Amino acid sequence: MSLVSIRDLKKSYGPLDVLKGVSIEVAKGDVVAIIGRSGSGKSTLLRCINGLEDYQSGAIIADGIEVGSFKTNLRELRKHVGMVFQQFNLFPHLTAAGNVMLAPTVVNGASKAEAGALADEMLAKVGLSDKNDSYPSQLSGGQQQRVAIARALAMRPKVLLCDEITSALDPELVNEVLRVVEQLAKEGMTLILVTHEMRFARDVGTKLVFMHYGRVHEEGPPKQLFAAPKTPEFTQFISSIG
Amino acid sequence: MYEFSVWLIVVNLLKAAEWTVILSLIAFVSGGAVGLILLFARTSHVPWLEGVTKVYIEFFQGTPLLMQLFLFFFGVALFGLEVSPWLAAWLALTFWTSAFLTEIWRGCVESLPKGQWEASSSLAMSYIEQMRYVILPQALRIAIPPTVGFSVQVIKGTALASIIGFVEVTKAGTMLNNATFRPFLVYSLVAAIYFCLCYPLSWYAKKLERRLNVAR
Repeated sequence: MSLVSIRDLKKSYGPLDVLKGVSIEVAKGDVVAIIGRSGSGKSTLLRCINGLEDYQSGAIIADGIEVGSFKTNLRELRKHVGMVFQQFNLFPHLTAAGNVMLAPTVVNGASKAEAGALADEMLAKVGLSDKNDSYPSQLSGGQQQRVAIARALAMRPKVLLCDEITSALDPELVNEVLRVVEQLAKEGMTLILVTHEMRFARDVGTKLVFMHYGRVHEEGPPKQLFAAPKTPEFTQFISSIG
Repeated sequence: MYEFSVWLIVVNLLKAAEWTVILSLIAFVSGGAVGLILLFARTSHVPWLEGVTKVYIEFFQGTPLLMQLFLFFFGVALFGLEVSPWLAAWLALTFWTSAFLTEIWRGCVESLPKGQWEASSSLAMSYIEQMRYVILPQALRIAIPPTVGFSVQVIKGTALASIIGFVEVTKAGTMLNNATFRPFLVYSLVAAIYFCLCYPLSWYAKKLERRLNVAR
């Protein structure tokens, strides 16, 4: 059974159709890379999966919970679907450890000690053991993004959504974040990433989704797709990013 | 006739000023408490809740404080309830203060990046939890200067309570004037007392604002 199942998803902002019937199945352990031009609806799709955006028709079932339906328990859903954002969105008034500990304590009722241990574990996982007490403003972009990953992981999500998580970083900081994500993929974490890092999508992804004007234009195993694009749009997209 | 010395006028005014301070403090604290509750309602994204709060705020911001005092003082009496000037002044100032503070604080809450809401949402936090742990701690910092600044308005607002017979510094001024027939002297002293109460607050608000701008 799929961990995340997206069926004929349609969304529009007024007269503008952003998603025109998108269907994607994500199995446990999949690393799905969603690529496409800006405005193709890829970020919107990702945001629909944890209920940050609603949609008009179709269905998203994530970890057995239907997103966006009337009965959706968003809180229950979001405990299992983590998200990392392009702009990090760390809480500036809390330290790195404080950022990681907040949701486990507040939402899951973990004790200070449990949450503290969790913060140590997660920050170590992203290679920031020595930054527990640093505030976001004292960290580089790459470090901030890794704290954001640790923060999402602390909820022990079954799937992690990554929305262009390296797009706001200076080029030399991109790799430290990608390495962390790659490590997660190796450990079997289910990932859905919207990304512009084509090499990463090809080497780490188990599934590639090329979106074009609100539709899934091509999908399949990344290496195969990159080697032999089936549609002129995808061919053009690949060549445009060189 | 008993002769009032300037000294006696000052002493009596200062005694009454105590009530100005007490009324201001109480109105500010209770107005702040009501304002905080309203802030939750006003930013809740629950349409009817936001609607009700909006009407409340529009009413108290869109009518003179004096009318509100009259409504509480005379209006409640229509229902056969005895309302003391003290209670009417307290209630009117509380509601009036809460309306303005809610709007000031809403501005602070809304000035925070949307990403803070999204990140905390994605971590399964409820609206109340988001406000408590993520939004308010950040909004508070921005809110302090305009809030302290507004406290000046509350102090000056208490002057109106004199009209419904609450004896604070303005009412005391009126009474002393009736006894001494020295309006210019008396009201100059009253004004001086208000200034001494308000100026330190304005000064402090400005200082806080400067410090906040530097910190950014």
